Amino acid sequence: MTTEVAASTADPDTGAPAGKKQLSEGKRAERRLGLLLCAPAALVMLAVTAWPVIYSVWLSLQRYDLRFPGQTEFIGLENYITVLSSPYWWTSFGVTMGLTAVSVALEFVLGFALALIMHRTIVARGLIRTVALIPYGIVTVVAAFSWRYAFTPDTGYLAQLLAPEAALLTERMPAFGIIVLAEVWKTTPFMALLLMAGLALVPDDLVKAASVDGASPWQRFIKVIVPVMKPAILVALLFRMLDAFRIFDNIFVLTNGAQQTGSVSVSTYNNLIQGLNLGIGSTMSVLIFITVAIIAFIFVKGFGTAAPGSDDGGRR
Amino acid sequence: MGSTRRVGRGAGSRSRPLVTLGVALVATSVLAACGSETGKTINVYYAPEENFQTVVDNCNEQANGRYQIVYNKLPRDADGQREQMVRRLAAEDDEMDVLGLDVTWVAEFAEAGWAAEWTGKNKAEAEEGVLPGPLETAMWQDKLYAATKNTNIQLMWYDERLTPEPPETWDEVIAAAKRLKQQGKPYQVVFTGAQYEGLVSMYNSITESAGGQILSDDGLSVEMDEGAVRALEILHELTTAGITAPGLTNAQEDETRLSFEAKGSQAAFQLNWPFVYPAMQEGNPERAEHMKWTRFPEATAGEPSRSTIGGYNLAVSSYSKHQPEAFEAALCLRSAENQKFSAVSDGVPPTIESVYNDPEPIDPSKPAGDDNPNMETAYPMKDTILDALKEPGVRPLTPAYQNVSTVISTVLSPPSSIDPQATAERLRSEITDALESKGVLP
Repeated sequence: MTTEVAASTADPDTGAPAGKKQLSEGKRAERRLGLLLCAPAALVMLAVTAWPVIYSVWLSLQRYDLRFPGQTEFIGLENYITVLSSPYWWTSFGVTMGLTAVSVALEFVLGFALALIMHRTIVARGLIRTVALIPYGIVTVVAAFSWRYAFTPDTGYLAQLLAPEAALLTERMPAFGIIVLAEVWKTTPFMALLLMAGLALVPDDLVKAASVDGASPWQRFIKVIVPVMKPAILVALLFRMLDAFRIFDNIFVLTNGAQQTGSVSVSTYNNLIQGLNLGIGSTMSVLIFITVAIIAFIFVKGFGTAAPGSDDGGRR
Repeated sequence: MGSTRRVGRGAGSRSRPLVTLGVALVATSVLAACGSETGKTINVYYAPEENFQTVVDNCNEQANGRYQIVYNKLPRDADGQREQMVRRLAAEDDEMDVLGLDVTWVAEFAEAGWAAEWTGKNKAEAEEGVLPGPLETAMWQDKLYAATKNTNIQLMWYDERLTPEPPETWDEVIAAAKRLKQQGKPYQVVFTGAQYEGLVSMYNSITESAGGQILSDDGLSVEMDEGAVRALEILHELTTAGITAPGLTNAQEDETRLSFEAKGSQAAFQLNWPFVYPAMQEGNPERAEHMKWTRFPEATAGEPSRSTIGGYNLAVSSYSKHQPEAFEAALCLRSAENQKFSAVSDGVPPTIESVYNDPEPIDPSKPAGDDNPNMETAYPMKDTILDALKEPGVRPLTPAYQNVSTVISTVLSPPSSIDPQATAERLRSEITDALESKGVLP
């Protein structure tokens, strides 16, 4: 990892037009060595990420159904028109957006509270932090199954407790609620962890100075702590939104997309793996890729989110 | 595998660990290559069936060492089975030899070039004495792509105490249920109304009974004729008359069975596969005594009903390295004798007509009885099944069946919201897209 970071900062320098000729012979040899050392890693990265991405784009421009191998042909953007004019796609897009907004909002509030608790605890700090992280350590599919069994009519303890007469997972809004619950339970610790790292950035002196100036605890939180933490908050939100938008496993286990609870990833899976339609399926994955890229773009350009550790580099 | 490991260990005792590993790896790959040439392994991929291993063992004995059949169990749910086979076949996996296909998948596997065509002697043997309905499910464009293993057909189950004479048409069923409801007796008509393949089967049965067609004969275009619209009307009437169970939109086969089987059941009529019969004997022996069966209700009085057939067919993979042996193995696994064994021990109805009239029990040396079942004791309803199988409702044959089925179950769900003309129109356009693999699947 360190060589990669070094290389990526070195890259623009070597690639820049003349004007930086003052580099010494030794320095340049060092750079070259650095590039050579990280070349294999970069090549592997290209092979395993760039190639599949390009191939998906290529597939999305074709009519390609595994069951009709004889009818494969290049059809330009027709798949995109089909997908973007399909009500099924927009339903799952709406579901995904809704799930992302609701679950990230809840995670943020709960995660912040958890982060403050973990930050302020004096006794048994390690124990509390470990316990708080347990949900994040459980495999999502396993957790999803335990939620499903808990909500199975007749046998599930939560089903008997909350709605003994109904099958909650077969009704749209309750099922939606359970999916959000499973997501929030699972990823709040992750959010808390990122926010706690941000809290550590707030100098104690600053908070003390504010309190000497007569700021109330709420004012200290809103006017001092949150602004200082802004980069960490944005990174946490960005990470979670990108993740939440691609939600698949929880839904797959809990409802498998029935009663219109499927996300865009579930739709993609249904078309690609079950329907064997490589064209439409790839089109959907490219659209998810684009949406995720747009979210990232808005965060980086609009709010100035920067990668952790490169405080000045975000707005380049 | 046993011999492979032994060689690996032998090398290890003589050399250093790292070298051992290398030698073992080379030995494994070399031996594996040799092994498959001498003792041929035929990999059968088939759904879980309790006593199918016995059938496999019988066939292995019959093969006399020429090949060894290995039964690889696929997942329990149909989608999972199809997914696993399709994924591997798309990658041209040559480790799969015999494929257990649901009757609706044959066209898809044939069109994609994954199932090898049956010709000559194998074809003649696979077709011999097979009922026409099941046989039709193994064909695609007049060529045979699989051998029928077992079939299945939906019947109507009723309680003779409520209706000594079962209703014969849908109109009569609905009227009888309403009457029973007024009298305060169990009255519900239970069937597979959840949004899945079961609802499609139900719709297909009613359509075929009404003389209609969902797809054209060649499976290439949408028909959705008068009969298909009439079926929508029946389904709508049935689900809005207040005679279905509250859990209808959740009911798959098992839920349907349980709602008839449960103590204090409010169900009077059940449309389901014959597996409900043995289950009933165990689940509710008291009601089982009074549970009778008849053919699926008619759509038009006097026109025989046509009920959807299910079951499995055995295909040989185009990528199999041992095709001749695979054909032979598949033929053995579904021979008349083995079909009878599966029928009485696992409850899957045979596709070969003569098996139905075979009086011989499993163990021919002893008389037939509960411990030594024959077709008569295991299948009291075999005559009704055979009757129904002679006038079957085959689900549309098309390579895009998965898409068509997904669209139909989505559009028809929930059945009470069907508006016959508008729903038919929506089905027409969405199935057209699905057939051309153009539209987006829900």
